[in-house]
Amino acid sequence: MNPADSPPALEPRTVEEVVEAVRSCPQVVPVGGGTKSAATTGVAGFAPLRLGGLAGILEYDPAEYTFTALAGTPLRAVAAELARHGQYLPFDPPFGAAGATLGGTVATGVSGPGRQRYGGVRDFILGLRFVSGLGELVRGGGKVVKNAAGFDLPKLMVGSLGRLGVMVELTFKVFPEPRAYATLRADLPSLDAALIAIGRLNGSPFDLEGLELDPAGTLWLRLGGAAGTFDDRLDQLERHLGASGQRFTGEGEGAFWSGRVPLATDASRDLLVKVPVTLAAIPGLDAALAAAGATRQYGAGAHVAWVGWPRPAEELDRLLQTHGLAGMVLTGPAVQPLLGRVRGEGFRRRIKAALDPAGRFPSF
Amino acid sequence: MSSPSTFLAALARVFPANRLLDSEAGLAPFESDGLTAFSTKPLAVVIPETRDEVIAAVRLCHAHAIPFVARGSGTSLSGGSVPIAGGLVIALNRLNRILRLDPAQRIAVVEPGTINTAVSRAAARHRLYYAPDPSSQQICTIGGNVGFNAGGAHCLKYGMTSNHVLGLTVVLPDGEVVEMGGESLENVGPDLTGLYVGHEGLFGVVLEITLRLLPMPECYRTLLAAYDRVEDAGEAVARVVAAGLLPGAMEIMDRLAIEAAEAAVHCGYPADANAILIVELEGEQRGVAADFERLKELINASGAREVRVARDNDERLLFWKGRKSAFSAVGRLSPDFLVQDGVVPRGKLGVALREIEALSRERGIRVANVFHAGDGNLHPLILYNGREPGALERAEAMAGDILRLCLRLGGSITGEHGVGLEKRTYMTDMFTPVDLEVMHRIHRALDPLELSNRGKMFPDGAAPALHRHGAHPLERAGIISRE
Repeated sequence: MNPADSPPALEPRTVEEVVEAVRSCPQVVPVGGGTKSAATTGVAGFAPLRLGGLAGILEYDPAEYTFTALAGTPLRAVAAELARHGQYLPFDPPFGAAGATLGGTVATGVSGPGRQRYGGVRDFILGLRFVSGLGELVRGGGKVVKNAAGFDLPKLMVGSLGRLGVMVELTFKVFPEPRAYATLRADLPSLDAALIAIGRLNGSPFDLEGLELDPAGTLWLRLGGAAGTFDDRLDQLERHLGASGQRFTGEGEGAFWSGRVPLATDASRDLLVKVPVTLAAIPGLDAALAAAGATRQYGAGAHVAWVGWPRPAEELDRLLQTHGLAGMVLTGPAVQPLLGRVRGEGFRRRIKAALDPAGRFPSF
Repeated sequence: MSSPSTFLAALARVFPANRLLDSEAGLAPFESDGLTAFSTKPLAVVIPETRDEVIAAVRLCHAHAIPFVARGSGTSLSGGSVPIAGGLVIALNRLNRILRLDPAQRIAVVEPGTINTAVSRAAARHRLYYAPDPSSQQICTIGGNVGFNAGGAHCLKYGMTSNHVLGLTVVLPDGEVVEMGGESLENVGPDLTGLYVGHEGLFGVVLEITLRLLPMPECYRTLLAAYDRVEDAGEAVARVVAAGLLPGAMEIMDRLAIEAAEAAVHCGYPADANAILIVELEGEQRGVAADFERLKELINASGAREVRVARDNDERLLFWKGRKSAFSAVGRLSPDFLVQDGVVPRGKLGVALREIEALSRERGIRVANVFHAGDGNLHPLILYNGREPGALERAEAMAGDILRLCLRLGGSITGEHGVGLEKRTYMTDMFTPVDLEVMHRIHRALDPLELSNRGKMFPDGAAPALHRHGAHPLERAGIISRE
């Protein structure tokens, strides 16, 4: 069966309609803005459950640093509302301009450059409501910034790819956004030199809002705070790196960061893949990816590789297995989204059986 | 369940006699934890020295259907590590090695019995530290912190234990060993590590933990403000937050707590203040200096009767000394006290404090308040005398009313202590039967025989409870405190 044979899409407008859809339809797959389509296109026979109609911010009190919104709320709408109060989601959720939703961001577990400073989507989600595979409406976590009651179901749903439940409502922690930013671009002589520089930065007290790396050895370092402090801090940063760089402030500065993720790929041909990495894993991985003709960029302080893969998914699966790494396909030709060595399968299988015993959602 | 003697004989084939305790005297230290009101005698205690011994113990428990509790230093404030009658205690203190510390990648890989502060001590020479700082951090273990998702004074900015655990190796209750997460900050697939942290011992035993380390801040700037009314201190916190500042810590103490701290450690707090607020900023020198000026302006305009700025690190530590000793100090005011751990939205702190005060007056029960104001985490200390008939029950009833108040205000029954034995009955106030049923299904999928820390967290769990009187010996010594 190909995706064209999928049952017709469902478009619930309320939480009750989501519950009803899950209860009445034998096989469904939740779809948000469709920007990370690989999570939902590789599954034939599952009716798309489109959550775009389930949108809107339900509660937002800027003084609490928290908000609650329906899962189909576009990131754009959230960012605009938070910005009115000088706040933001510090993990820079990507694909906002393309129409990504809060729920899709959680389901795919993707974060942008800001991830490396305070944490990723997993660190800012506080609570949720979701519909299980048995059609139960379940609440997990809470609406306050600190909470240790019950199992941490909000974190479990991060990266769950719509396979464990349909999220309908989410609560996040937010932070005040730095009043201004400055960026330093430093072209180090090689990837290895740049990785050594990142290792040294990791032991330094610089509070970097972003730390990105391109394979040729280019580092992008972002500072935030009061504009008057930047000259001195950039000087210090250059001294620490032992290299001078190009400085950016104002509008041009923001443009680089907002365009940083995703890596541009031709989705009709290439897979866009997220690969969690470490400093130690990058040299070997980068060489193998380069040899295969893949495009790469490294983000979140060199904790994630974004890979544009031009060949069959099975080849990348084998390559990642060889390197002991895992990957998640975001866009491209329809495939199973998880590749390589994904840990904890024995544990995950049991959780899947508990939340979706009848296989109402796709398998991993 | 097979007979205890068959089970003990099987254990004896794995553990030498000096690490398999089943005598009256050997078991006594393990009967209770930081919540001294509960105590139970286990069948036996084993003290593994390797992960293989932990796995062997869990597999034997599974084979013989014997319930077990993994335990670190036993500082749980919710009764989370209280043994199960007829069950095994797996004491993990000897698995305390830091297996790897990689400063370039800012990670430490540790065994579960590693003491919380030992991680920061080992990381210090690389100018790194481990952020979560529960107040028992000098003796509590990382394994216990993982079990109950421990917090501390810096949770608004830095999060709780779960935000600092990158990867785990665990043995599930039926003996299967599973790895999850890894050394990267990022992950793909469901965040199993995130689910595991805070499992309250119900998902088996953690064998190895990969922790994220942070760079030590370049500088700290700290101020202390005294107020005539505790609500004004709460209001000041709201203003700081509304102004877009992100302090590492914001702590409030009320009059009773201040008096106790002052008497105990002579920290020099303004003696006639009804509330004290401590605010601390940390980070890069230049950024902090600018923010600290704004903070001072805000606090000066907040109706504080006195504002002190720490001139140096010694004075900063003096500000903190009173705060950190507050719990053991309150112990001097009363033979016994219960600590609650509820959370309210920050904006409701004033309302919560007023209502707690009203309850206190109405019931004639003294309450001292010490709390993590930045994240709305209250720690009301409910004073009582356990020798007085019915006093504990009255204190518990009041604690329950405070937790329900927190929920009514949109908060949680626990910010950092976990549910354990103590708050099981309040789970039904926070979660619906469906929520709890789904958690139960996850639990049973991982532990069909319900062996691992049976009786904790779920409201219907059968569990033992013997009331005891007096503070924990370590608490009297000021080494641990109930926050």
